[in-house]
Amino acid sequence: MTTRAWLLSDTPASRRQAIWGRRYQGWLALKRNPLAVAGLVIVLLMLAMAAAAPILATHDPGTQNLANRLQPPSAEHWFGTDELGRDVWSRVLFGGRLTLGMVVAVMALVAPVGLILGAVAGYAGGWLDRVLMRVTDVFLAFPRLILALAFVAAMKPGVESAVIAIALTAWPPYARLARAETLLVRNADYIAAVRLTGASGARIVLRHVLPMCLGSLVVRVTLDMSSIILTAAGLGFLGLGAQPPLPEWGTMIATGRRFILEQWWVPLVPGVAIFLVSLAFNLLGDGLRDVLDPKQR
Amino acid sequence: MRARARALAATAASIPVTLFGLTIVTFLIGRVVPIDPVLAVVGDRAPQDVVDRARLELGLDQPLVVQFWHYLGQILSGDLGRSVMTANPVTQDIARYFPATFELATAAIILAVAIGVPLGVLAATRQDSWVDQAVRLFCLAGHSVPVFVLALLSLMVFYATLHWAPGPGRQGILFEDMVDVRTGLLTVDAALAGDWPAFRDALRHLAQPACVLALFSLAYIARMTRAFMLAELRQEYITTARAKGLSPLRIVWRHAFGNVLVPLVTVLFLTYAGLLEGAVLTETIFAWPGLGQYLTVSLLNADMNAVLGATLVVGLIYVVLNLLADFLYRVMDPRV
Repeated sequence: MTTRAWLLSDTPASRRQAIWGRRYQGWLALKRNPLAVAGLVIVLLMLAMAAAAPILATHDPGTQNLANRLQPPSAEHWFGTDELGRDVWSRVLFGGRLTLGMVVAVMALVAPVGLILGAVAGYAGGWLDRVLMRVTDVFLAFPRLILALAFVAAMKPGVESAVIAIALTAWPPYARLARAETLLVRNADYIAAVRLTGASGARIVLRHVLPMCLGSLVVRVTLDMSSIILTAAGLGFLGLGAQPPLPEWGTMIATGRRFILEQWWVPLVPGVAIFLVSLAFNLLGDGLRDVLDPKQR
Repeated sequence: MRARARALAATAASIPVTLFGLTIVTFLIGRVVPIDPVLAVVGDRAPQDVVDRARLELGLDQPLVVQFWHYLGQILSGDLGRSVMTANPVTQDIARYFPATFELATAAIILAVAIGVPLGVLAATRQDSWVDQAVRLFCLAGHSVPVFVLALLSLMVFYATLHWAPGPGRQGILFEDMVDVRTGLLTVDAALAGDWPAFRDALRHLAQPACVLALFSLAYIARMTRAFMLAELRQEYITTARAKGLSPLRIVWRHAFGNVLVPLVTVLFLTYAGLLEGAVLTETIFAWPGLGQYLTVSLLNADMNAVLGATLVVGLIYVVLNLLADFLYRVMDPRV
């Protein structure tokens, strides 16, 4: 039996076969959507480029060369040089580490916390649920960027503050999502069956409720990525994220914006990078939603 | 009917709770700032006894709960403190800056609706055709482009290269302070005064930032319109209407669109609220003297009263718009 036949079998013999079979079918469905595949390729490519920045960079991102400032793109400097003579291509590569790293850090903080809070609140119900919903109400009552601005103002501008501020503004939708999914399954028969076998509340939530939320979580995370990238870049652009001379994409645009009329490559190259990543995540998220969450189509 | 009234009352009752939460958040942010509020008032060369007195006067020796109580009392009486930067009460500053943001956001939402809704309907009626694909891609692109990059690009193309648009700012130097302030909306004020050159100037300055700001909302509105219309066009009453031989135009616009209107209004209000966010970045680039610019400039000057005041006002507007969306939804849709 080929691997493919094993995966596509209508009568899986084991739990593992069933799980991988479902995943494979999801992948096949995703593969049929060329835009989603394009998104996936761009995301992976950008991540790989950020990871391999020291190898791919042609220059040191911090080395200044004032004799060589604001040079247009050439064979020596693929994306030109900025106002301090630094190589824009190398800076965008290293900036990808910073910008994408910030986004990944936010997600690593937000998704698990939101998920667990929402699942616990939804499963427990009662006053815990009411309090949590009120708290998310308050956080959702601010536009994300503006609340993040206020949080950064309370700390000092920098990468860590920006990550914390964005994380503080980003978790409520995840808690809401997990709660809504939990409410759907908490009275299902299989949960009652698990409870009858004597499983503890923690075990039910962790092993039997949370996995049910994962599908919509993945979709939500992918679609949210673009919004978080834009917020992080916006904070950097306003001077409240990574501080110069760090090569963060938003910060690079902020310092380069003066040159938009003559030396357009200085602000536009990082701008295009932000756009590409953000678009790629949106394309991928759209495709994933069709696969994992058909009811929302 | 009674159930509806009760649901409305419940929604309205949740507002004070949310607003109370908002004040807790701004209060706490104000307390953890690294800037000592006493130093901001007396300066860093003040003798120790002046510092101590100021600390007492500001109530900073009191427990946090008491301090919060005072803060709440101040806010309820409309006092958001004094801005260090402009030396004016923050409320007064906000009243002066807000109309510019309101004008910009309103112009943007009008543009976004006028283009986004027909685009969404068009895409839905031709599902999976190339028109639909183009609209989908356009929406995703519009949703992915950082508004400040778009603004820079637009300045480069329409201002520097094509000379179509005037430069940044709200009006030309020639027209500055020439129109009496009545509403604070330059276009409206100029029109009220019958000063048509000033009106044209204000409109020209408004066009570029409004278009940039509109694109983001336009993408979202078109996308939601498409989704709502698709769901509606699958209903059986549409098939019946088609079988009866009604014209496609009538089916789409009178029958389907009429039902889409209700959820769409909710989306519009939420988008309008979201424009406040884009306005912060757009205003920075176009030197638009609105709330967003006030907020960012205060932030860079560590003017905490102004930052928290503006944040609170933005939060308030957001909550009210959300409430209005909810309210209209319930009023317009007899099923809810």
